[in-house]
Amino acid sequence: MTDTALAPAAAPDLMARLRRPRTLVALLLVMWLPLVTYVMFGNAIGAGAENILLPAIPATLLLYVVAMLSWRESPIAMMGATLVFFWLLVAVSVPFLDLFGLLDPNKPNLGANFTVPFTEKGDTFYVLGADHKGRDLLARTLWGCQRVLVWGVTATLVAYAIGSILGLLAGYLGGWWDEAISFIANVLLSFPVMVLFILILNYLGPSGFNIIIAVTFASAPAIMRIVRGLTLDIKTRDYVYAAQTRGESALYIMVVELLPNARGPIIVDACLRLGYTTVAITTLTFLGLGLQPPDPDWGLMIKEVAQVAQLFRFAFMLVIPALSVSTLILGFNLMADGLREMSLRD
Amino acid sequence: MTDQTPILECRNLCISYFTRAGEIPAVVDFNLRLMPGEAHGIVGESGCGKSTVALAIMQYLGQNGRITGGELLFEGRDMRAMSAQELQSLRGSRIAMVYQEPMASLNPSMRIGEQLAEVPIYHDGASRAEAWRKAAEMLESVRLPDPERIMRAYPHQISGGQQQRVVIAMALLSSPRLLLLDEPTTALDVTVEAGIVDLIKEISARFGTSMIYISHNLGLILETCDRITVMYSGEAVEVGDIATVFNDMRHPYTRGLLGSIPLPGADKTARPLTSIPGQLPLPHERPAGCNFGPRCEHFRAGTCDTPGLRMLDVDGAAGHRTRCARAAEIDWDRAAATSETREPIETGDVVLVVDHMKKHYEIERGASFLVGGDRKVVKANEGLDFRAREAETVAIVGESGCGKSTFAKVLMGLEDATSGKVVLDGTDLAMLPVQARDADTVSSLQMVFQNPFDTLNPSHTVGAQIARVIRKFGVERDPAAVEERVLQLLDVVKLPRDFAKRRPRQLSGGQKQRIGIARAFAGDPKVVIADEPVSALDVSVQAAVTELLMDIQARNRTTLLFISHDLSVVRYLADRIVVMYLGRIVEQGTTEEVFAPPYHPYTEALLSAVPIADTSVEKRRIVLEGEMPDPANPPSGCAFSTRCPYAIAGTCDREPPPVREPSPGHRIACHLDRQTLAGMEPVIRIEAPSAA
Repeated sequence: MTDTALAPAAAPDLMARLRRPRTLVALLLVMWLPLVTYVMFGNAIGAGAENILLPAIPATLLLYVVAMLSWRESPIAMMGATLVFFWLLVAVSVPFLDLFGLLDPNKPNLGANFTVPFTEKGDTFYVLGADHKGRDLLARTLWGCQRVLVWGVTATLVAYAIGSILGLLAGYLGGWWDEAISFIANVLLSFPVMVLFILILNYLGPSGFNIIIAVTFASAPAIMRIVRGLTLDIKTRDYVYAAQTRGESALYIMVVELLPNARGPIIVDACLRLGYTTVAITTLTFLGLGLQPPDPDWGLMIKEVAQVAQLFRFAFMLVIPALSVSTLILGFNLMADGLREMSLRD
Repeated sequence: MTDQTPILECRNLCISYFTRAGEIPAVVDFNLRLMPGEAHGIVGESGCGKSTVALAIMQYLGQNGRITGGELLFEGRDMRAMSAQELQSLRGSRIAMVYQEPMASLNPSMRIGEQLAEVPIYHDGASRAEAWRKAAEMLESVRLPDPERIMRAYPHQISGGQQQRVVIAMALLSSPRLLLLDEPTTALDVTVEAGIVDLIKEISARFGTSMIYISHNLGLILETCDRITVMYSGEAVEVGDIATVFNDMRHPYTRGLLGSIPLPGADKTARPLTSIPGQLPLPHERPAGCNFGPRCEHFRAGTCDTPGLRMLDVDGAAGHRTRCARAAEIDWDRAAATSETREPIETGDVVLVVDHMKKHYEIERGASFLVGGDRKVVKANEGLDFRAREAETVAIVGESGCGKSTFAKVLMGLEDATSGKVVLDGTDLAMLPVQARDADTVSSLQMVFQNPFDTLNPSHTVGAQIARVIRKFGVERDPAAVEERVLQLLDVVKLPRDFAKRRPRQLSGGQKQRIGIARAFAGDPKVVIADEPVSALDVSVQAAVTELLMDIQARNRTTLLFISHDLSVVRYLADRIVVMYLGRIVEQGTTEEVFAPPYHPYTEALLSAVPIADTSVEKRRIVLEGEMPDPANPPSGCAFSTRCPYAIAGTCDREPPPVREPSPGHRIACHLDRQTLAGMEPVIRIEAPSAA
C-alpha cells in the first residue's frame, strides 16, 4: 500500500492507477451491482438480463490481478483471494458459459438420473454426474454459486452497515444510547444463532430478502460490539478531542474521524463473518427455510439429495456442493487470516 | 583503580537488526569501560541506540537483533562465548535490569512478595521462608513503608512510584554487580522521580553496585552518574567525566543538546533556546563520515564527511574522548550561535477570567442500568481563580491528578463546570457546552495537544485536516483560498509546502506537533491552551517547537495557557504561573515571584525535584514523603497537609488554608505565617554566572 503513496504523481503506471482507492471502489461496484441485480431481479427484467453481467467480467479479472499484486507478501491471502475470485468469476460469467445449451441447471435429462461423474449418458458427457432427477451437477454447481455469493455477501454487508451504525452510536454517544443498544444486543446474543434464524424465517416466511433480515438480526449485535469497542478506544484520541473542540457534530466525528480508523479490524472480521454467513445460508436452505427450489443453490442441492446420497455410490451428489461451499468459506477465512497477518506486520 | 578488572567492557561493539528491508546497523563502534561502583550515564535522543546497548549487555536482543562485531566482556569474560545456561544464571543475579514501565515489569496476577521471593529461591536456592524474609528486608531498604502489607498486595494495588521501588528491590535482591536502568523514572511524576533518584544514588553508595543509567534527561544523568556517554544516531559521540562533559564539552552535538534545554539562565527574550537544525537521520540513511555533519554548524567538507571517524582523546582531561574530527580547531569558549533575541511583549487587557470555578465529578460505584450504587464526589477542580491577559503566557503547573486537564476540558466546553464562572470576552463559558457556543467563541479558543502520535487523524492528509478547520471557522470559503491559507500556515510552522499532501504516518513527532500548532492557530484564536505540547518530544526538537509556539503567539498576540509539569520549561516561557495540587490552586504569581521565596511548600518541593543539567546550579533537596492522596478522598484541611514538611498538626489537617499575599498578585494558600514564609531560602542557587 505504501507503494501507492510514494509513487511519483507525474507518470503513474497502469497498476498504480488501478490501485487508487477510488478506482478500486469503482471496479468493485462494476462487478457487484450487475451481479446483485441479475440474481435478485433477473426474473423481473426477463430475457436478455444476462447482458448486464458483461462489464462485470473484466472488472472481476482486474480486481483479481490487483489483489494478487497487492498481497504479494502474504501467500495465505493470495490463496484465499484465488478461491474467492474463482467463484466470483464463475458467478458473473456462468450465463455466458452455456453456449451450447448444455448447462441448463433445471433441465431433467431423461434417463440420465444417478449418472456418476465422468461418464457418458445419452449423448452427453457428465463431468460431475447428474442427480436423482437427471439434472447436470456441473451446471447446478456453477449456477448455485451465484445465489450463495449474492445473498451471503449482501446479508453480511447489511448486517455490517447496521452493526457499525449502532456500534458507533453506542460507543461514541455512550450513556443511555449505550445502555439501550447494548441491552438489546445482549438479548439477541443470548439466543442460539440457529434458533434466532429459524424463529425469524418461520415468522417472515422463507425468501432471500428475509434471509438478509435474519442474518442482520443474528450478526449485527456481535458486529456492534466490535465497532463499539474500537470506538471506545479511538474516541479517547486527541484528534477526536480536537474535532470536538472545534464544535464538529457527532455525526461528522463518527463518520469522518472514527470510522476510517476502525476499518482495519472491521475488514478482517467482515471476511471471517462472510464465511459464517455462507454456512448459515446454506444450512438454512438445507433446512428448507432459505431459498426455494427449483433454482439451484448449494444448500438446496444438499437438501434435495440428502436421502439418496446415503448410498455411498451416490455420495458424490452431496460431496460436490459441500466441497464448493467449503472452498468458498476457506477462501474467505484465508483472506481474513492473510489480511490480519499483513496488518500486524508493519 | 586502574588495576581492577572492569565490571563491564564493550570494545568496538556493533549491533544490527535484521529486518525485511535488510540489515540495519543500530549501534556502531561502541566502547564502554565500567569500573566497580561506578555509575555511567548513557544519554541520547530516541532512536540513538541507547536501549539497544542495554539489551545487548543483557544478551537479550530478540529474534532479529545480533551483535555483529566487537567484544563484550563481563568481569573479564567474553559474554558472546557463554552458553545459554551461563547467560541465564548471569541475568537477574549478576546483571539486573530496571525498565521504564514498572507495571509492565511486574506480573499482575502474582502477589508482590511471591514475585520478589522467586529471585533468591531461583538464584541462591534459598528456602521459601528465608526468601520471604530477604524480600521484606529489601523492600525496607528501598524505603517502602509497611513492607509486609506491600508483600501481600498485587501490583495494581500500589502506586507507580511504589511499583518502581519494588522493581528496583527485585533487581537488587540477588546483589548484582551491574544494574542497568533504562529510563527508570520517565513514567513517573517529578516529585516521585526525585525520591527514586535519591534511592538510586543511595544504592550505589551502599551496595557498591555498578550502574548504567540510560536516560534522555541530561539533568537526571548529572544528578546520578560519575561518567557519561553521549550517543547520537547509533554512535557514542562523547565520553567523559560528568563535570568535564558538562563544562568543557568537545562535541557540537553535546553542546547543541545543552543549548536546547531551558536552564535557569535562559530567558525567552534575552537568551532564547538554540535548537539543533534538521532531524535525526534514519539508520539506513546515515551520511558518510560524521553522522551529525548535516546538522552541525562547524561542518567542513573534506574533513567531516570522510568515512571511518574514530573516537579521539581530548587533551587535558583523562578519559575524555570525542568523535569530532575538528575538536581541536573549534573555539569551544565562543558562545554557540544564538538565535536572535526577541522583543519583550507588552501584555494587554484581561481576556480570560476564571472565577471560583468548580468541577466535581460524581462517580457511582456498583451502579447499573436500573439500580444506582454508592455516590462519591471527586473534586477535580475546587475554586479556581485566575485571569489571563492578551499576549500573556500563563502556565498551569502540577503533577498528574492535579486537575489541570479537567480545567482544559471545562474551558474547551467538553465538560460543564459545576459552579463558578469562566468568562472569555464577556461571555460566560462555564455552563456552555461547545455545541452551544457560537462560531466566534469556538474559533477563539483552541488547543494544542500533548501526544504527537494522537493529535492528527491517521486516515486523512495533513492538508485536509487543516483545511477543515479553516472552513469550519469560516476564515475562507473559496477552495483555492482555503488551499492557499493551508500552505501559508505550513510556512508559518516552518514545514515544506508539499507536506499538505502527506499523511501523518509519514511525519516525525516534531513535525506532527507543528501541524497540531498550525491547526490550533488556523482560526486566529484569542486563547490557545497547550497541554504539555512538547513533553513527548525529543530534547532537541522540544526547543524548536517551543520557540515556534512562542513566535506565533507573539505575532498574533494570543493568550497562551501552557499546561505542564516541567518547571524548567515553564520558567523559561511563562509570564505568570499557577501551581495546582489536587484540584486547588496553591500558589500563583509572576514567574519571578513563584521561583523566588516565599514559596508554597509544594512549589518548593516541585522546584527541588526538577533535575537541572547545569553543574553550576546548587539545589536544596526536598523529597516529599508519601503519595498523592486519592482525589475522591482528599485530606481535610489543606490538601497538601499529608505530605507537607512544614505541616502544623491540628491546624493544617483541620482547616482549609487562608490565602496569603506576600506581594500584590502573588498568592499563596498556606497556614504558615508571614515570617516563616518570608524566611524561606531559595531552592536553586547559581554559583557563578554561567560561562556565556
